[in-house]
Amino acid sequence: MSILIDKNTRVMTQGITGKTGMFHTQTSRAYANGKACFVAGVNPKKAGEDFEGIPIYGTVADAKKATGANVSVIYVPPPFAAAAIEEAVDADLDLVICITEGIPVRDMVRTKYRMKGKRTLLVGPNCPGVITPDEIKIGIMPGHIHKRGPIGVVSRSGTLTYEAVGQLTELGLGQSSCVGIGGDPVNGLKHIDVLKMFNDDPKTEAVIMVGEIGGSDEENAARWVKANMKKPVVGFIAGVTAPPGKRMGHAGAIISGGKGTAQEKLAVMEECGIKTTRNPAEMGRTLKSVLKK
Amino acid sequence: MKIHEYQGKQIFREYGVPTPRGFPAMSVDEAVEAAKKLGGKVWVVKAQIHAGGRGKGGGVKVAKSLDEVRARAKEILGMQLKTHQTGPEGQKVRRLLVEEGADIKKEMYAGMVVDRGTQRVVLMASSEGGMDIEEVAAKTPEKIRKVFIDPGQGLTDDDADEIALAIGIPQSSLSQGRAVFQALYKAFDATDASLAEINPLILTGDGRVIALDAKLNFDDNALFRHPEETAMRDLDEEDPAEIEASKYDLNYISLDGEIACMVNGAGLAMATMDTIKLYGGSPANFLDVGGGATAEKVTAAFKIMLKNRKVKAILVNIFGGIMKCDTIATGVVAAAREVKLSIPLVVRMKGTNEDLGKKILKDSGLPIISADNMADAAKKVVAAVKKKKAAPKPKPKKRAKPAKKKPVAKKAKKGKKKK
Repeated sequence: MSILIDKNTRVMTQGITGKTGMFHTQTSRAYANGKACFVAGVNPKKAGEDFEGIPIYGTVADAKKATGANVSVIYVPPPFAAAAIEEAVDADLDLVICITEGIPVRDMVRTKYRMKGKRTLLVGPNCPGVITPDEIKIGIMPGHIHKRGPIGVVSRSGTLTYEAVGQLTELGLGQSSCVGIGGDPVNGLKHIDVLKMFNDDPKTEAVIMVGEIGGSDEENAARWVKANMKKPVVGFIAGVTAPPGKRMGHAGAIISGGKGTAQEKLAVMEECGIKTTRNPAEMGRTLKSVLKK
Repeated sequence: MKIHEYQGKQIFREYGVPTPRGFPAMSVDEAVEAAKKLGGKVWVVKAQIHAGGRGKGGGVKVAKSLDEVRARAKEILGMQLKTHQTGPEGQKVRRLLVEEGADIKKEMYAGMVVDRGTQRVVLMASSEGGMDIEEVAAKTPEKIRKVFIDPGQGLTDDDADEIALAIGIPQSSLSQGRAVFQALYKAFDATDASLAEINPLILTGDGRVIALDAKLNFDDNALFRHPEETAMRDLDEEDPAEIEASKYDLNYISLDGEIACMVNGAGLAMATMDTIKLYGGSPANFLDVGGGATAEKVTAAFKIMLKNRKVKAILVNIFGGIMKCDTIATGVVAAAREVKLSIPLVVRMKGTNEDLGKKILKDSGLPIISADNMADAAKKVVAAVKKKKAAPKPKPKKRAKPAKKKPVAKKAKKGKKKK
């Protein structure tokens, strides 16, 4: 088992004909069951054409109807990406994974508002995507560093997720699923939502939660863990050295009004029984130390 | 993106947030002209820099005659204004705002940001205006009232009224308070703002509600649809290194330390800075080279990092997922050669074609220190800095001075001469 996606997931790519969309559809398709999983593309101007044999439809609804795809991945450029999310939500898909970086916050505020009461889940935007090793990869992460196994990974950043995964794999610890929730302030699933899923997934034995400065999502997740989580969780927060008021790359990674510091997050996480490390090179070993021998 | 107070007030007025009358001035003469145009007997001369806390730093002065306007403008223009937000060097004042004096009966606070928790815009207001609002938030959080704005409805009359009354706007001025808050939301929404702040928002003796200050930041991701905002950008207020970096699509932020670092990905870049600190060093910058680090980009990154004269060593940390390590290695070698690198360079690469990448570094003949993981890399770079400090100092080489903002200073002078 896994969370969110597995080998039976059927995926459409919104923005399949752009440079990024083409490249990552190719690499995702080449991974594990990708050939069977990636069944459709969407581009209103290129309906009826195909990308390397993947049929292209004019709308998400058409693509769903024709292929049964229940998940979408979005590589649409930032000015149009929020509308692409809304289209996928309106088509009642199970899950939308938005890779696009640089969507205006106002667009996401409106999109999230319109998603209220809808059942479609959103991962991202500004994220690497989701992977269930040896089954399916949806996104831009390098497939080869992953290995199937019992560890869940959830993170706000891209390459730092790869770092965590790389360490786990080197220690022989495979992953059940890895979810990049993205670095934007207004986004879909938060740490807490993904932790709930890992908690319910029988194949996940422990979780590594990687966060960064800004907001209070990690604190909220930690409090939930204390009250509900049946599996060990370890954590790392990037940005101990980040000065307040400076935006560290991600739109959400900023300490403002004295809130959202790494120290504060780490303290709450520890209070809630999450074993943390200050050393990002130790994420994998920290996780290993909490596993049942 | 940040803008000046006078620009923020222009936008406020467009959307119906009342402000005092005023004009920007780039020279002392222009300041006097502005005061003449405004008329009246009392003026306020305000330094225009992007940092807050200008009043405490001596950047806001009241003048009661035109001679005083001239004297105050002379004092403020060109001064190195130091506030809690500028750092110890302060920021040079190049622009002024001259405004009519206001009859302040009460000072309040209003601010707007996007709240991550509710994923909505939040209006925050307080009866405690004119002071450090972060202090108010920390000490007396009950004095800050909040409304989370429904994006479908906007700020309703009821919510606006409730906030207005809560912060002490009297019943007789309620409709004005409501109008100010609703106009503020309209401006925030229409301009894709990321922050709007009025500190203080004042009640005048005759019962008007006015924005005495204006702070407005825009969402960088939305600038593509606001050319009028991009036109307000004042490069003098930004770090030259950060401006240079943005030309190459590099995400760079200057810090105080002595170990420069170049990393792919924002989270990994922060984590790398943290690791340096953990092993006793201090990072000189945050630098995310992004996904496609070409040789050109890496060279540009090296040049920008080396302009910082405090830098004593460089750490490169790349997790090459999609990006191949041999490509990065080639870029690093080319960059090190081009800038004739004379300080220690530690490289940690991981991912696709890792071995090939390491071989390229080794075969280059350059004294590049290779590291296996982040901790190893941090240890090695910190050790290299220590060793360098301990070694007898070679004759100090003259390094090119970092690009200063000379052209603008000249421009300002020219303006003075003309008049």
